[in-house]
Amino acid sequence: MIRDPKDLKRYTASERVNHWIIGMCFILLALSGLAFFHPAFFPLTSLFGGGVWARILHPYIGVVLAISFLLIFMRFHRLNVMTDRDWQWLRRIREMANGDDHNMPEQGKYNGGQKLFFWVQGICILLLFITGLMLWRAWFDLPVTLVRVAAVIHSASAAIMIAFTFIHIYAAIWVKGSVRAMWYGTVTRAWARQHHRDWYRQIVGK
Amino acid sequence: MALQSLDIKNRSATTTPTPQARSTVEVAKLIDVSTCIGCKACQAACMEWNDIRDEVGSCSGVYDNPTNLTENSWTVMRFSEIEEQGKLEWLIRKDGCMHCADPGCLKACPSPGAIVQYANGIVDFHEENCIGCGYCITGCPFDVPRISKKDNKAYKCTLCSDRVAVNQGPACVKACPTGALQFGSKEDMKDYAQERIADLKERGFDKAGLYDPPGVGGTHVMYVLHHADRPQLYSGLPQDPQISPLVAIWKGATKPLAALALGLVALGSLFHYVIKGPNEVSKETEAEVEKEDAA
Repeated sequence: MIRDPKDLKRYTASERVNHWIIGMCFILLALSGLAFFHPAFFPLTSLFGGGVWARILHPYIGVVLAISFLLIFMRFHRLNVMTDRDWQWLRRIREMANGDDHNMPEQGKYNGGQKLFFWVQGICILLLFITGLMLWRAWFDLPVTLVRVAAVIHSASAAIMIAFTFIHIYAAIWVKGSVRAMWYGTVTRAWARQHHRDWYRQIVGK
Repeated sequence: MALQSLDIKNRSATTTPTPQARSTVEVAKLIDVSTCIGCKACQAACMEWNDIRDEVGSCSGVYDNPTNLTENSWTVMRFSEIEEQGKLEWLIRKDGCMHCADPGCLKACPSPGAIVQYANGIVDFHEENCIGCGYCITGCPFDVPRISKKDNKAYKCTLCSDRVAVNQGPACVKACPTGALQFGSKEDMKDYAQERIADLKERGFDKAGLYDPPGVGGTHVMYVLHHADRPQLYSGLPQDPQISPLVAIWKGATKPLAALALGLVALGSLFHYVIKGPNEVSKETEAEVEKEDAA
């Protein structure tokens, strides 16, 4: 699909597909996981065909997410190395949240917040994957103390992951012109210049 | 409401109170380890009444058979040989669900109504609501529930809630030939236990006592032990069982707090948008890009 030919390519089709596989898995995992987390959310199991189906499906979806995230991790981890500039950006996040981003440090392809999100998700998914296997009674039967530790870590990292994902989704909605990067891959040059000046320079050469 | 004898006091994954207008007497089973002869009539009666048949196993070299609780063996006799003051003691304990007043399984269960605690104190699994997650096993301080490989439902001793509901004692108690198993109100069982303990003390077991662990709020299956100071001697009966602090963290206050925190993040985002408005590309930047184009 061709729009303004001068738009900048931010994500390839395969990166987008990879992202949305993770996104779909995340939504399904959060809905079914929350159902087991607090009784208030238990009715969500009916989206999966009942409690038993939710229990059966949740871990398999988790494995798909873990594998997809591993792929996206390998694609993007170099771009997400935290630098001094990123920490500076994070320290001044209040200015950003106030909508006054003119004086923020110039950002590369990802800003400090995005990088932080990337690493938090990475750590949470690693923890969720390991502890998820430990809780998976259909395949594993571990000593009860280990399972208890796993249950605490699994729920805690899930809560953190969901909270950060809310922020991730909101940031994409809040910063106009961002979502299209993940839908069809391009952003306008003005968008890049405003939000990722350094990346803009690298791509455009100005 | 159905039978008063099956009134429910506590229900898994339920945050509102259960009907409590009626009240009933708490029941208990008393297992007097000192008069048990290890005949396993209780095991057989349990199979008979509940129509459960475990697979025929093989002899493992000791009397324990089956060697552990399973989804089809809700009670098993555990035999331990210990030496006390140069004398062999053969300690035989009938193992099974303790029907805790503060049940870890119920606390951990995520499925509404899969585990209930009747007003009479019996903790019962309603397998039709069980989703097979195994959280009950994670929550239990006594390692009692078992998940069936066939149907992925959790099973354990029901204290014959179906018999108790119609004023009958549990099948195991009915079958016990020595009176080592007694059933009645918890009050009466405690009184009876005191008589047995006095008798044991007279016979030289000065540490004899009742096992009704306060860490789980007391249990509705109690033991008279000759060595109440060392319950571990009886095939690892826990000294001071309680719901693990890990389970308490996992299923306690943190659960609603985390849910609240997630709600606040979502609401915070919404109101941030409403208050601050979207972060749009500035006209200035757009003009700059256009200028560069023109250049």
